[in-house]
Amino acid sequence: MLHLLLFLVFGFACVAGAVNLLVQRHPINSALSLVLVMGSLAGEYLLLGAEFVAAIQVIVYAGAIMVLFVFVIMLLNAGEEERTPGSRVALVLGLPGMLIGSVLVAWLLLDRSPTRAVAAGALKGDPQTIGWLLFHNYLLPFEVTSILVLIAIMGAVVLASQPRMDASTKKEG
Amino acid sequence: MVPLSCYLLLSGVLFACGVTGFLIKRNIIAIFMSIELMLNGVNLSFVAFAAQWGALSGQVFVFFVMVVAAAEAAVGLAIIIAVFRTRETLNVDYVNLLKL
Repeated sequence: MLHLLLFLVFGFACVAGAVNLLVQRHPINSALSLVLVMGSLAGEYLLLGAEFVAAIQVIVYAGAIMVLFVFVIMLLNAGEEERTPGSRVALVLGLPGMLIGSVLVAWLLLDRSPTRAVAAGALKGDPQTIGWLLFHNYLLPFEVTSILVLIAIMGAVVLASQPRMDASTKKEG
Repeated sequence: MVPLSCYLLLSGVLFACGVTGFLIKRNIIAIFMSIELMLNGVNLSFVAFAAQWGALSGQVFVFFVMVVAAAEAAVGLAIIIAVFRTRETLNVDYVNLLKL
C-alpha cells in the first residue's frame, strides 16, 4: 500500500514537472521543473531498489547537468520564448501527436502486456554490486566511456572558445 | 506492489512529453531539455525491466546512458553558445543555416 502511494506521489510529481516544462515560456522555469522531474525519478528508482542509479541520478543529472543548463541560460541571458508561425504549426501537430501516442502506449501496456507486480526493492542495485559488474562484465564499455567523456570535454572547449580567426582579424582591424 | 506496466506507463508519458516539447518548443535550450526528458523516460523503463527480469545489466546500462547524456549536454551546450555567438538569437526558427 505504501509502495503504491509513494509510486503515485513521485509519478505525479514527475508528470507535473514534465508538463510544466512544456507550458513554461521562460527557459529557467523549464530547467527548474526538469530538476523536479529528475528528483522524483530518483525516488522511483529507489522504489525499484536501484540505489546506485538513484544516487547517480541526483548527483549527475539533477546536480551537474542541470547546473550546466542553468549556467548556460544565465550566460546567454535567455529571455521569454517568442511565438512564430512555425511554433503554431508545431503546436497543432505536436499536441495531438503526444495525446495519440500516450493513449496508444497506455492501452498497449495496461491491456496487452503480461507483466507481474514487483515488490519494492526486489532487486538490490547497491553500489557494491553495480561496481563489481562495471569492473568485471562491463570493463571495456566502462573504459570506453572515459574516452568518450575526454572527447566531450575537448569538444566543448573547442566549440565554446572564441574562434581564433575572428580574434586575430579584430586585433589587426 | 506496483505492476511493471505502471512504471512503463510513466516512462512512456515522460517520453511523450519530451517528444512534444521537442516539437512545440522554439527555444533551443528548451528543446535540449526535452531531449534530456526523453533520456530520463528511457532510463526509467531500463530500471523497471531490470527489476522485472532480475537482471542488473539494466541498471548498468542506465549508468552508460547517463554518461552519454552528460557528454551530450556538455557538447550540445557548447554548440548552443557558438550558435548564439554568431546569430544573437536562441529561436530555432531564425537559425536556418548550418554554417557557423
